Amino acid sequence: MKQFTSFVKKEFYHIFRDRRTLFILLCMPVVQIVIFGFALTNEVKNSRIAVLDQSNDLSTTAIIHELDASRYFEVQDRLHSQADIESAFRRGKIRMVVVFPQGFREDLDHFNKAQVQLVADASDPNVATTLINYASAVILDYQERVTDDKKLPYSIQTELRMLYNPQQKGAYSFVPGVMAMVLMLVCTMMTAITIVREKELGTMEVLLVSPIQPLKIIIAKAVPYLLLSLVNIASILLLSVFVLDVPVNGSLLLLIAEATLFTITCLVLGLLISSATDSQQTAMFISLTGMFLPTVMLSGFMFPIENMPVALRVISNIVPARWFYAIVRDVMIKGAGIEAVWRETLILLGMTLVLLFLSIRKFKIRLA
Amino acid sequence: MKSKEEVITEHDAVIRVDRLTKRFGDFIAVNELSFEVKRGEIFGFLGANGAGKTTAMRMLCGLSLPSSGRATVAGFDVYRQTEQIKRSIGYMSQKFSLYEDLTVKENMRFYGGIYGKTDAFIKEKTNSILDQLRLQKEANKLVGSLPLGWKQKLAFSVAIFHEPRIVFLDEPTGGVDPITRREFWNMIYQAAKTGITIFVTTHYMDEAEYCNRVSIMVDGRIEALDTPKELKKTFAAATMNDVFLKLARKAERSGD
Repeated sequence: MKQFTSFVKKEFYHIFRDRRTLFILLCMPVVQIVIFGFALTNEVKNSRIAVLDQSNDLSTTAIIHELDASRYFEVQDRLHSQADIESAFRRGKIRMVVVFPQGFREDLDHFNKAQVQLVADASDPNVATTLINYASAVILDYQERVTDDKKLPYSIQTELRMLYNPQQKGAYSFVPGVMAMVLMLVCTMMTAITIVREKELGTMEVLLVSPIQPLKIIIAKAVPYLLLSLVNIASILLLSVFVLDVPVNGSLLLLIAEATLFTITCLVLGLLISSATDSQQTAMFISLTGMFLPTVMLSGFMFPIENMPVALRVISNIVPARWFYAIVRDVMIKGAGIEAVWRETLILLGMTLVLLFLSIRKFKIRLA
Repeated sequence: MKSKEEVITEHDAVIRVDRLTKRFGDFIAVNELSFEVKRGEIFGFLGANGAGKTTAMRMLCGLSLPSSGRATVAGFDVYRQTEQIKRSIGYMSQKFSLYEDLTVKENMRFYGGIYGKTDAFIKEKTNSILDQLRLQKEANKLVGSLPLGWKQKLAFSVAIFHEPRIVFLDEPTGGVDPITRREFWNMIYQAAKTGITIFVTTHYMDEAEYCNRVSIMVDGRIEALDTPKELKKTFAAATMNDVFLKLARKAERSGD
């Protein structure tokens, strides 16, 4: 036991004396949450639009006023002719042009039907679609108010309910994603690097000749990063709840237990990588492109898995982060209990055990 | 073939090797090595790259299992008692150095702990080493801040910190200036005087002269084993360098 504690102590010395890396490891989750939470959002706000109003009547003025008043739009320019539209977009600042033809109000009064044209910059199709939808909603809203007293033959009212995330906050989907990313980065990469560093320094040889068992070496190296990860998980959850208003709807205990399981998965992955290479650079490279990148792309947090082609959907099944993301999302956002996530948990557990078996075997082979 | 009892009652040999062999598939890296190393001896284990030195050493350190043959290190069998072997030996390689981001004292406490030494022992031994090397003032400095020569000497001291019976040195003086090398060998002599057996491999032929006995491996076999004086006589060579060249030229294998 004394061997083990001496070793863990040494590992903590290494971590705490490397101030720069420690700073990155502890601050990274904070920075990511803040960036994702405040700066990067799917919502489109304060988009600059232009208006070509060829009628200039009460109705068009009212609609334009509504658009400008909404938090989604800012009416920047008033255009004077069709020719202006192209150049307004070219200048780059305008994302959409609203065109009212001549005699808008008259058409509405006499024919019960008028037209509005929305021209959007679709070089970013997502933004364009969103803007068109927002604008249509504003116009529809106006229409309902104006035609309130006139009887329409029939109308279909659709009522929308956004479950679990009524405000459709983007934060809900990426807090679990950030958690997966941070754990993957800290645990996998740092564990791999710390083991390979001993090989590079030549101290690993000495350790192998000494009476300490290789298993103790590995566990002693993993323990500090396990603890560091728990600190990171705590800071992510605290930030989510108190700064981003993303609640923890399910059991906190279950969440932490699952996060610990995933941490162990990542640590074992780091171990596996370390037995594949003798160079710290290679270890870092494999961790980043082999583990971290698939985690970001294929775990489902940035791009929905259902949208991916079959081949990628299949591949995403072997990315551990995919299962972890699903678990955290269900437990944290939907408030699900173990009954709902037991399958994913089992899969994650199975992956961990298989990886553990493989890496211990590989470690032993290198010794002989 | 001597019986087991006869082998045990022989003189004070700390390493006994009898027809030790290591095969990797069809390739025979170490071919029926047989030799003994006596207690307190400084035994030079020479050979070109690819001759099989490192493989042989790994077997003696309990790091790899032989394919056939027998060997005991500090009385323990290399097949079945590798844990005891590891407790009784020390090891230092050219690459090895202490952890640069730990202090001198922390390094010693770490290795002392690994070898299961008590706190009292660690404290006492640390002080005696620092006294011996006159590094008392550097005790709490990070190893990374020390000059290279001191690092090497400290590394050796740490390799024998737990007072093993045998210490294996794998080209320990590589990349070190001649003065430091000389001082390093003084330390080796001191250690040998306290009864530690030194098993050292080296490329520097002048260091071969410092050893009590020298063996030269060529293509997995020992082609010569004797005191430097006798070897020079046998091979009609003026220096160990010439002895080595005469033998190494016969080699078919080269490079690891």
